[in-house]
Amino acid sequence: MNVQVRYFASIREVLGAGESIEVPAGATIGELRDRLIASSAAHATALSRERSLRSALNQLLCDESEPVGADAEVAFFPPVTGG
Amino acid sequence: MSVSIQTADFDLSAEVAALRSADPGVGAVATFVGCVRDRNDGSGVSAMELEHYPGMTEKSIESMISAARRRFDIRAVRVIHRVGLLQPQDQIVLVAVASSHRGSAFRACEFLMDYLKTQAPFWKKESTPEGSRWVDARVSDDEAMARWQQGEPDPATEPDR
Repeated sequence: MNVQVRYFASIREVLGAGESIEVPAGATIGELRDRLIASSAAHATALSRERSLRSALNQLLCDESEPVGADAEVAFFPPVTGG
Repeated sequence: MSVSIQTADFDLSAEVAALRSADPGVGAVATFVGCVRDRNDGSGVSAMELEHYPGMTEKSIESMISAARRRFDIRAVRVIHRVGLLQPQDQIVLVAVASSHRGSAFRACEFLMDYLKTQAPFWKKESTPEGSRWVDARVSDDEAMARWQQGEPDPATEPDR
C-alpha cells in the first residue's frame, strides 16, 4: 500500500517536508518507521529510536502499534511545543 | 469560528466582546494570553518561528474544546494561536472561556492551555545569539496535563463558584 509520510520541525529540516512509501498491508506505524530508518543514514539519525518522537495517523495522534491503512497520511514529529 | 490559526495579531478585548455578545447568560469570562519572552533556557531570544501541521492543528484544538465542554459547564470558547515569525513581547496564543460562573471558566481555561501545550501540533524555533534552536518540550507541561487525568471534584456534587 502507498502511504504519505509528513515530517515537521527538526525532522523536516533533515528529511524534507515528506515522502511517499510503499508498505505491506497491515503494517503498523512502528513498522513504517523501521522501514524509513532503514532507507538512509539521514533517516536512521532523524527517526532514531533514541529520539522521543510522536506519530499521527490521518491527522490524529496515535500509538506506533496502530495499523496504517491504504493512502494513509502518517506524520512523525518531535514532542510539541505550542501555546 | 471557535479556533483560528493565523499569522495576524489579535485584540483581546474585541475577542472577549465577541464571545459575550448576544449571550446574557454569561457571568464569567476567563482569558489567557501567551506571549514571546526575550529570554529562554539561559539565552536571549531575538525572534521565534512557529511551525504547525495545517489540518491537524485545527482538528486537535477543536477536540480539546469538545473535551472541555464535556468536562466543564461552559457556554463558549475562543482559541487563537499565531504561527510564523514572532518577536519578543508579541502575543502568541489566546484562550478565552465564557461560562455562567467563574469556577468553570477558570478551570476550563487552564485545562485548555495545559492540553494545548502537550497535544497541539506546533513547534517553536528560537533565534538566540548562539544561533537558532528548536525549543524542547517541558516535563512540567506533561505533569500539568497529567493532573487533569487524576480526576476532579464531581461537578454533580460540587457547586460551581
